[in-house]
Amino acid sequence: MPLVIAAFVLWAAAWWLNIRIANGPAAGSQAAKLGVPAIFGLTLLAMWELIVRGLDLPMVILPAPSMIAERFAASLPILWQDFVQTVVKGALSGYVIGCLAAFGTAILVDRWDFLRRGLMPVGSFVAALPIVGTAPILVMWYGFDWQSKAAVVVVMVFFPVLVNITAGLQETTQMQRDQMKTWAASYWQGFWKLRLPAAMPFVFNGLKISSTLALIGAIVAEFFGSPIVGMGFRISISVGQLALDMVWAEIVVAAIAGSAFYGIVAFIERKVTFWHPSQRG
Amino acid sequence: MSDLAVIQAKGLDLTFQTNDGAVQALKGVDLDINRGDFVSFIGPSGCGKTTFLRCVAALETPTGGSLTVNGMSPEEARQARAYGYVFQAAGLYPWRTIAGNIRLPLEIMGFSKAEQNERVEKVLELVDLAGFGGKFPWQLSGGMQQRASIARALSFDADILLMDEPFGALDEIVRDHLNEELLKLWERTGKTIGFVTHSIPEAVYLSTRIVVMSPRPGRITDVIESPLPKERPLDIRDTPEFLEVAHRVREGLRAGHAYD
Amino acid sequence: MRSLLPVLTVVAAILAFWYVACIPMNIHFAAMQAERAGVPVTPEGMAPRREMGAIPLAARNPHIWAETWVQDKPRLPAPHQVAIELWQTTVEKKVTSKRSLVFHGWVTLSATLVGFGIGAVAGVLLAVGIVHSRAMDMSVMPWAIASQTIPILAIAPMIIVVLNSVGVQGLVPKAIISAYLSFFPVVVGMVKGLRSPTPMDLDLMRTWNASRDQTFRKLRLPASVPYLFASLKIGIAASLVGAIVGELPTGAARGLGARLLSGSYYGQTVQIWSALFATAILAAVLVAAIAAMERATLKRMGVGR
Repeated sequence: MPLVIAAFVLWAAAWWLNIRIANGPAAGSQAAKLGVPAIFGLTLLAMWELIVRGLDLPMVILPAPSMIAERFAASLPILWQDFVQTVVKGALSGYVIGCLAAFGTAILVDRWDFLRRGLMPVGSFVAALPIVGTAPILVMWYGFDWQSKAAVVVVMVFFPVLVNITAGLQETTQMQRDQMKTWAASYWQGFWKLRLPAAMPFVFNGLKISSTLALIGAIVAEFFGSPIVGMGFRISISVGQLALDMVWAEIVVAAIAGSAFYGIVAFIERKVTFWHPSQRG
Repeated sequence: MSDLAVIQAKGLDLTFQTNDGAVQALKGVDLDINRGDFVSFIGPSGCGKTTFLRCVAALETPTGGSLTVNGMSPEEARQARAYGYVFQAAGLYPWRTIAGNIRLPLEIMGFSKAEQNERVEKVLELVDLAGFGGKFPWQLSGGMQQRASIARALSFDADILLMDEPFGALDEIVRDHLNEELLKLWERTGKTIGFVTHSIPEAVYLSTRIVVMSPRPGRITDVIESPLPKERPLDIRDTPEFLEVAHRVREGLRAGHAYD
Repeated sequence: MRSLLPVLTVVAAILAFWYVACIPMNIHFAAMQAERAGVPVTPEGMAPRREMGAIPLAARNPHIWAETWVQDKPRLPAPHQVAIELWQTTVEKKVTSKRSLVFHGWVTLSATLVGFGIGAVAGVLLAVGIVHSRAMDMSVMPWAIASQTIPILAIAPMIIVVLNSVGVQGLVPKAIISAYLSFFPVVVGMVKGLRSPTPMDLDLMRTWNASRDQTFRKLRLPASVPYLFASLKIGIAASLVGAIVGELPTGAARGLGARLLSGSYYGQTVQIWSALFATAILAAVLVAAIAAMERATLKRMGVGR
């Protein structure tokens, strides 16, 4: 019980500290912008630890962060194998194939207005559907290994990327297109020099949304069948064994992989669309 | 006379089909623009001044009459890159530097790398932007952006310059300055300029000829030959000759409006 | 309406492609059956056919193409098979039947709606708190944004099993997953919306000496409506995915996710496809319902058409 009380005291203290920082003179500084969420996150973690210990919660309900960290450190080779299987082989290859396919389709769609008007409503509609449901079918077709996961990811990322690229390619103003015309520019000159660069903010929007979808697709597809390696496989098998520390360790890996994936795409976006008002800062 | 004319319009008609029925944007427009002329088009909105310029640039297709540019059809002239066009907004690409923007039409037209660089330097000098080539458009003021866009239109050295209210979005002080610069540029390069505006002082100050237009249907109501000398300091706008011309333009605009 | 013809064309093209795709996908099995029934197939015998690609085999046996569209457990069921299955399991079955998709759909839908309701309300409340408290904004907002980039869906199986072990089953665990999946998008979207008034709008409020509460009710809240609905649409789609994934780990017998899973256990492809289409239709209906609410709300506010 004292540990639980300590948890709430800690909470109150940290919250008071954050209020002081947030309303203090240094609130706008970079340090405060990083420090306040860090304090908040660490406090939650500490409370979690204290409450689990204080109430003596069994591991099958909620393992303490220290146990998860221990398990994480002890299982690095397994976690790495799972990461390679699910993220590198499944998610990443599917992501690249899906995005390239979407890009190719977007160019076709862009050249034929009829196709654009027909495919765009269909594409937006499909992009809103729970495509992860195709996983059992694709697992049946492409087997248990990563190929089927990549296929699920391809299907999941294709439509959001397609819709965003196509919307981006429509982004130019009439004046910009007229200007190209006064220079007697060819279709491809207009495409490479004007329309594709102008579309980049949209393209990256699609790529960012899809980076998260890719991981979800690769993990959930493993729930429908996988070899004895992979993050989704490990999660479902460990849940069955009530080894929740392992499940949490995999979730930590998923969180790191997800934010790193997103972070890399966002970093490239900053480099490519430095000129866009949202990036100039 | 006619061998001097670079732009010739005879009985030019253009009717747009809209949801509210047909709109006659141009009706029976006859106009010759000679080599080295500075011709302003002035009139209220809907009078067809921009539409006429767009017809010359082959951005619109006339529905009647004839129009030639350098003795060719407008479409052929466009393919031959016979003119530079300056729009109301600078329209510079934010992902390209100023030099990169000026280089853009040169890349499209297939100039060699060396010639691209040489021309960019030259036109940057011409519009007084030397040293700004490495900046991005969003790092410059509106007036400087518009100068860069003029430089871009000059870069491939077409002998016709079409300008559609190029200074319309700028404030008066910047505008005066750019007007002065534009006159100098015109003198130095000897280009033929078609200039759309809705400012009477601007039209009178810049032009050798002022075309007054009126709407519904869009047509020419008056063509005024300017008696002003070629050398025009800004304070020429306070001379009686200037005010005389400005008065005539205003009268022409009013006459076109009389039945409104 | 300009797009009606192109959309119909694209849909027709997809259906045509689907039928064509069925031929190579199902040709091996069709050839085997045809041979058993005494219909000549080239090449004869299982072994040489197994060596052969599906497309050459299909090209040499056009007379059995029709057989690829009527199999019981095809690798790829034809569109009409899925449509018939959908019709039989929705309209022709009693809604209480274990084989009725309406029954399974309702199991999933109820969890989705409960979870979505909780997630959306909690999300809006947190967004209001974030907009009014700087400390909350700086503490919580970075985490809410970061949570959008990680596959939090991965926690779903654990929630199901943990709650199961303490005796909570059925709707509640799935609703919890649905709730947290819709929660974060709503928080992020709503904060964006509440912050959408420009400095000029806010200055104007200040010149009228409006209270914080008045500024909120008369400016921030109305301004946030389009953002709110945009994130609700994302949220409800995420909730549905959450409920479906929540049905996978315990091998639940009820719900659309369970239909997908049992279909994949027993190779009942027609069942998988019809369950898949049922989820798609459900998702479309839910998003359309939010869109209709959006239109109605905007109309009442006098900004929509």
